[in-house]
Amino acid sequence: MIEQLLTLIWTVTKIMMIVLPITIAVAYFTFFERKVIGYMQVRRGPNRVGPMGLLQPFADVFKMLFKEIIIPTNASRFLFLLAPVLALAPALTAWAVIPFDDWLVLADIDAGLLFVLALTSMGVYGILIGGWASNSKYALLGGLRSAAQTVSYEIAMGFALVGVVVLSGTLNLSGIVQAQSGSVLSWFWLPLLPLFVIYFISGVAETNRAPFDVAEGESEIVAGFHTEYSGSAFAVFFLAEYANMILISALAALLFLGGWLSPFQGWPVLGDTFLGAGGIHWFLLKTAVFCFLYLWFRATFPRYRYDQIMRLGWKVFIPITIVWIMVAGVFRVLGWYGG
Amino acid sequence: MPIIEIIFYLFSAVLIGSALSVVTVGNPVYAALFLVLSFFSAACIWLLLQAEFLAIVLVLVYVGAVMVLFLFVVMMLDVSAVRPRGGFAAYLPVGLLVMLIMAVQMFLVIWTRGLETQPMPEPRPVGYSHTSEIGRLLYTDYLYAFEIAAVILLVAIIAAIALTHRRRPGTKAQDPGQQVKVRREERVRLVKMSADGEEN
Repeated sequence: MIEQLLTLIWTVTKIMMIVLPITIAVAYFTFFERKVIGYMQVRRGPNRVGPMGLLQPFADVFKMLFKEIIIPTNASRFLFLLAPVLALAPALTAWAVIPFDDWLVLADIDAGLLFVLALTSMGVYGILIGGWASNSKYALLGGLRSAAQTVSYEIAMGFALVGVVVLSGTLNLSGIVQAQSGSVLSWFWLPLLPLFVIYFISGVAETNRAPFDVAEGESEIVAGFHTEYSGSAFAVFFLAEYANMILISALAALLFLGGWLSPFQGWPVLGDTFLGAGGIHWFLLKTAVFCFLYLWFRATFPRYRYDQIMRLGWKVFIPITIVWIMVAGVFRVLGWYGG
Repeated sequence: MPIIEIIFYLFSAVLIGSALSVVTVGNPVYAALFLVLSFFSAACIWLLLQAEFLAIVLVLVYVGAVMVLFLFVVMMLDVSAVRPRGGFAAYLPVGLLVMLIMAVQMFLVIWTRGLETQPMPEPRPVGYSHTSEIGRLLYTDYLYAFEIAAVILLVAIIAAIALTHRRRPGTKAQDPGQQVKVRREERVRLVKMSADGEEN
């Protein structure tokens, strides 16, 4: 009994060691977003709170926490308050199977990739329930749009991951990274280039970010599913959205860019220095690149129209992924990539 | 292992409670959400049996896709206005019949092993992969059943599309191929004007 208790405490400690940095990362991701988009639009972004505006995220958090949570008339009170939690919980739970380094993973389970896919697909419930429970037509429309979009792009995303599984021969995320070791050319972005592009675009669509952010398209439906949310309930939705973005970025780094592996692995001179060794710094760097892409997209592309989003998902991405799964199978049979 | 038993009974209670609520609550949205909860607790019980692949696939397929579409439809139709009250007695005989058939089926499955309590199966050794074991069984021993199920699903998909698909005249759907083919000369005409705005 004591031993089980100790295991429990140790596991909770490890969970905190993952969740706290993610929360901090989310806070500074919002800051980074405002800075990056600011400089892309030739202005400075937040620069008043603290040196270079670095304390801005904390100011935002305190503002959110002290605001009143308004519950609309005739809203389903229980579901209204449950929805942000349902959005946040899967976004944080999925991090349990993400390997940060060769040995640094909370739960090294066999079907890790499926686990992540299952949890990211559950995130839509928070949005759907929040939209319905608000008793507002804009919120409901935003929730329904988000549900349709997530279900459509999940198929393309799942097929893109099938290609990764075909080449690596395992569903375990650490195993997938190890299957890519060698050099930059043996990472899966090269043999699976179309799937890599489709995976990341589907990831952007699945997290409801620009240019696929019709779920909260402010020019049509006010603020979409979180129209009626305020204060800390809104902050939790915000946290979930950004945690999901970082998760999708981390997965793209793990599945297609070799996770913690070094790009200089096996080089004559550089390969022997610390640059050649794999480590968590490479993983964080690759993840940050994808996070930056999210912001770059937002500053660059105008919003897709709804029917065009559906067309892109169903009529363009899904056929391409099906064809490329077969190509990946041919690579595997010919022995060019994978076991 | 008291902790595992506590977790098992907790999820069983949630499963039975939510399954009962699916048929008793009045609001269809709540009913659908309770169904999601019961799927989820069933997946957790499967996890306790170390069947992690089945548990994750249950969540992925039923919770992540099927029930989202269910909720989608239920929320779109304003069904809360129409509450079928009093129809309970009318549907009771059919419900009882289905329940009886399912009870007999379950009884037959259990009867083949005898009714005495079964011991817990030995936990599999570390490194034993349920996922690859299921894959091996599906593609070797049960290949025919697997393929037949796949064909039935395909037929169902085609039938569903054939039944609901109809061409409506007057829709303003775009043809992206045509849009890409457009050249500037077809759409824009350059007009020369003098600086003060008078035609020359």
